Amino acid sequence: MATSTTTVPSAGPVAGSRSFLSRLREGDEIARIITFLFAASVVLITILLVFELWQGSVLPRHKFGFNFFRTSVWDPIFDQFGALPFIYGTLVTATVSLLIAVPLGIGAAIFLAELAPARVSDTLEFFIDLLAAVPSVIYGLLGVFVVVPLMRQYIQPGLKKSLGFLPLFQGPAYGVGFLTGGIVLAIMVIPYIISVSREVLLSVPRDQREAALSLGSTRWESTWKVVVPFARGGIMGSIFLALARALGETIAVTMVIGNTPAISASLFASGYSIAGVIANELTDATSDLHYESLVELGLVLFLLTFILNGLARLLIMATSQRGSGMGNA
Amino acid sequence: MNSRLRWRKFVSGFMLSMTGVCALVSVAVLFFILGYLVYHGGTSISWNFFTKLPAPVGESGGGMANAILGSGKLLLLATLIGVPIGFFGAIYLAEFSGGTIAFVIRYAADLLNGVPSIVIGIFAYSLAVHPFKQYSTLAGGFALGLMMIPITLRSTEEFLRGVPNALREASMALGASKWKTIASVIVPAAYRGILTAILLAFARVAGETAPLLFTALGNQFWSRGWNQPTASLPVMIYNYALGPYEDWHRQAWAAGLVLLVLILVINIVARAILSRGIAVPRS
Repeated sequence: MATSTTTVPSAGPVAGSRSFLSRLREGDEIARIITFLFAASVVLITILLVFELWQGSVLPRHKFGFNFFRTSVWDPIFDQFGALPFIYGTLVTATVSLLIAVPLGIGAAIFLAELAPARVSDTLEFFIDLLAAVPSVIYGLLGVFVVVPLMRQYIQPGLKKSLGFLPLFQGPAYGVGFLTGGIVLAIMVIPYIISVSREVLLSVPRDQREAALSLGSTRWESTWKVVVPFARGGIMGSIFLALARALGETIAVTMVIGNTPAISASLFASGYSIAGVIANELTDATSDLHYESLVELGLVLFLLTFILNGLARLLIMATSQRGSGMGNA
Repeated sequence: MNSRLRWRKFVSGFMLSMTGVCALVSVAVLFFILGYLVYHGGTSISWNFFTKLPAPVGESGGGMANAILGSGKLLLLATLIGVPIGFFGAIYLAEFSGGTIAFVIRYAADLLNGVPSIVIGIFAYSLAVHPFKQYSTLAGGFALGLMMIPITLRSTEEFLRGVPNALREASMALGASKWKTIASVIVPAAYRGILTAILLAFARVAGETAPLLFTALGNQFWSRGWNQPTASLPVMIYNYALGPYEDWHRQAWAAGLVLLVLILVINIVARAILSRGIAVPRS
């Protein structure tokens, strides 16, 4: 709307207004305005979302300032709110999940992109896409009834026996805790790493592989030393995407992490995540300060995922462009 | 030299087969989830599950009829919000705009798409629950609708862009106005893709729990009207899985099976629609 009115004077008043009127009569201008309103509402919603998060967390920002992130007392009764245990829980579970998901996901992506025949690769990718569509509450359900007992009975005692000298694997094996949360998260983010990495690997130009093979490298050497480094940026992007997803995941982690606001070195101990405390406490926040502290946690999550998603998009775009640019040359 | 070559070949074969194992393990998870849910959900599901209200604590039996209806209502609302904004917004992006405005809109949509669902929940709470002091079906549908917008918008735009320019030019050359070209040539040519986009967005929000926790809340009974809290399948699974009763767990399995099958079927249908040919019939 704004652009069309500003072009009128430059195009000459008579011709411009006539064309605007005729376009209006044919409905083009109306269609443009209507669809623009719908499109603009997306921007409006996004701005409103940021505004609400910012506006909704004024109290704790003024009262605690940066201490909000440095203190670990979360006490609604005495209106003391420190977010450190939740940030710690979120970061630890996300790290554990990436440690498991990155090797598995990249390995699977290499298989799908480099080895499997197109038909097999597409079929497997179809299953991977379905896996990505499984809702998080289902992962949580299986986490509670399958992963937690498994951890309690076999994995945690086993780890304690073999690696128990490390502070990471000490303490009683309850089943729930950071490690379990990390494992469930890993299963959830693997499909993202596989799908994106596979796309990026497929976009690596053919001559890169052929050059490496013709110099006498084995299939693995050409893949690992030439193709994967070429696609490094995009693979990093897929990892950032997975990390953003892991940080923001709520339900599945909340169901298996134990929900104790504590910081412990042991991965067996139960903890709490940012998203988890929001999910559990927002509906019965006892005071405005309590409620707004939770909103501030939401703001933190929003900013973290915003940065990670942005980085991921940039990396993936840069890598695919590099691939297609080389291919054309 | 020879032994070194043998070693390199061994490493190559070993590592490549390991990548195969990685792929197998990842895909196996899907079948494990499906199998486990079919096994546990299948034994707990019954006709009552679809027709009865949840039984009071301590009594066995009962079902989740209210949650099924509640999920249906929430998804209907979400579709009514998400699809028009996504669809018309995509038409604007693909057909009318270019340059800075399009960039800003696309950027906002991608940003919205990446927002964690719990944050969408906070947003919907502060906008649609807090001012009215009332958890409601409307607020829940609003939250889910917000999540549908960016998914529908971005993929619909992709499919509209996939329509060859020759079709646009042919229609304009025949004297059709732009909106007529869009309505009678471009959208029909891309309808499979658009349908797929909408179905995938629908499936994505159908399983969302976090945005509903403090908007639609939950309800053990039928929801009376749109401005009352309502039960929904994902929230029901969440609450029942964490509950202490054996009977609740069985209900959670049954609900999990119903939800998963629904979502997987929609996904498969959406992909089948798409693979039958994308934008234009080739001639």
